[in-house]
Amino acid sequence: MSSDYIKLFKSKKGQQNLIIFLFTIIPLLLLFVFTYLPFAEMVKFSFMKLKYTTPVENRQFVGLKNYVDVFSRDDCFSALKLSLYYVVGALIQLAIALYLATVLSFKVKLGNMFKGFMFFPFLISGIAIGFIFKFFYTRGFVFDTILCWCGFDLENLPYWLKDQSINNWSLVATSVWRYFGQNMVLFLGAIMSIDPALYESAALDGANRWDQFLHIILPGIKPVLTLNLILSITGSLSAFEQPFVITGGANGTGTYFVIMNTIAHTTQKVGLASAMAIVLLVIIMVCTAFQRFVMNQMFPSDELIIKRAKKRAELENGNSLASKLYMRFNRR
Amino acid sequence: MSFVNYYHLSKTPAPVKHKRKMGASELIWKIVQYVSLTFFSLFAVVPIVSCVITAFKTNEEYESTNVMTLPRSFLNFENFSKAFITAGMGRAFLNSVLVMVCVLIISVIIGTQLAFVLSRFKFRGNKLIRELFMIATLLPAVAMQVTVYNIMSSLGLVNHLYGYILMMCGTDVISIYIFIQFIENIPISIDESAIIDGASYWTIYWKLILPLLKPAIVTSCILKGVGVYNEYYCANLYLMDKDLHTMATSLYTFVGPMGSQYNLICAGVIISLLPALVVFIFCQKQIYAGIAEGAVKE
Repeated sequence: MSSDYIKLFKSKKGQQNLIIFLFTIIPLLLLFVFTYLPFAEMVKFSFMKLKYTTPVENRQFVGLKNYVDVFSRDDCFSALKLSLYYVVGALIQLAIALYLATVLSFKVKLGNMFKGFMFFPFLISGIAIGFIFKFFYTRGFVFDTILCWCGFDLENLPYWLKDQSINNWSLVATSVWRYFGQNMVLFLGAIMSIDPALYESAALDGANRWDQFLHIILPGIKPVLTLNLILSITGSLSAFEQPFVITGGANGTGTYFVIMNTIAHTTQKVGLASAMAIVLLVIIMVCTAFQRFVMNQMFPSDELIIKRAKKRAELENGNSLASKLYMRFNRR
Repeated sequence: MSFVNYYHLSKTPAPVKHKRKMGASELIWKIVQYVSLTFFSLFAVVPIVSCVITAFKTNEEYESTNVMTLPRSFLNFENFSKAFITAGMGRAFLNSVLVMVCVLIISVIIGTQLAFVLSRFKFRGNKLIRELFMIATLLPAVAMQVTVYNIMSSLGLVNHLYGYILMMCGTDVISIYIFIQFIENIPISIDESAIIDGASYWTIYWKLILPLLKPAIVTSCILKGVGVYNEYYCANLYLMDKDLHTMATSLYTFVGPMGSQYNLICAGVIISLLPALVVFIFCQKQIYAGIAEGAVKE
């Protein structure tokens, strides 16, 4: 960059400030109104007792009572146990998706058709999924009929959505149904970006499919895989849609958010619901911080590598090399 | 044209096919491959197919036959028209389209502008703004609605399409990430040479960056469009009037007294997912690409 450019940029400083202001003000305003303002309100409400209809002057300050309730009521914090079902489901889903992505990454006849079928559930709205699976699991309906075809006796089959020993698994299965195709497409994208030359040289070395999977595909998609593994934990903690639309949280299927939703919008204990939300948000924040730490340790991003290189360079050569590196990064 | 094609062909060596005899393990692998693909395709499709089957049944047929028995005729559209009318799906479809178009236009404009500023200018607060948007992705939407509801009603935005549209634009973050990623890959020398030619920053954004962003805009519109079309939780919370129902929330009509008339409900469900199916058939490639790109945001 010659000094002419810098002068040119400088003379445009005023214009630049104006455009920064104009282009950021609306998104920031929206972000503030619909994310940070509600968040601040939520923190405030979590120390209060109120309904949506309570006038402002009648809101009672109750201190930490809501937080104590979150941990002491049987229906609140204990609902997080249900997340374990969803964690298991998420792991199964990732395994299925990984397997199918691998299969589809080799030449397969009708591959696109299979892919389309498996992906389509992702495009269906949550409420439609609710109806589809209420219908699917009804006694004597679709699922039971299929199992009867396979030789099961209807008498021995449980009520999929009522029986407490099985109903959470039924819901987890719908979650797998909905997302495994999306996960598969995601992994497939990652596999396709692996350099094909690697396969060729592997084939020359006489590697079979399993070797290729273990030594080329798996390392190639490790970042995406790890990220999704960790994301599945936060996702499971905030599981909401399937129980909400299919059972409405009845018969012991109410996950943490389903219960929070009922407390907020049906019984209108807004204070308690806010406290529940804050508690889970803190947990999610901690998980995310952990996730970022793990990802940065395992797969440092270009930015981080350059930052580290810059630091090293600063130590060794003073600033000249560092600024060169920095500029190269910025021009990319 | 043909000249170019021939040239291209002559330059590309045909892939060498290793015709080997298929070994036993190869054969087993092939079988496992197709069996599992078929199994999981059925797993994905059967719940939907069962709905289609039921949607074509008359009331009497629905009550007397097993759900998986094929209907007498696949030309019985009675349930579809009935579901369409009872749930007011014509109006709901128009509402959905209106919401979608507005949300997409607004979020593309503000998203690309923000991404342009964030990735091209170094200014104080740049990093802070990025962090603010980043943290916003962590806050689960359902949890936020506990208090967003309060704010929406005090701003008088409840029960108005524009209120819902505004809220949907405000909570959009993913597309901003896609845009930032994309702009950072556009060489800054393009901007520099435009500046030398006397272009203003607005011109650079409007005439240079925005056209170059087209693929990213397509990606984000598809992802966002699917999301908006399928959104039912907030729509149900903020659009109570029947006239304001969207395609997704129009299905709520079937909750309650009609809750066991599954031939009607299935018809409604099938109608609601038809638009998604049509878009999917025509934009498969872009949708897959969008999923792969949208996921790498981190």
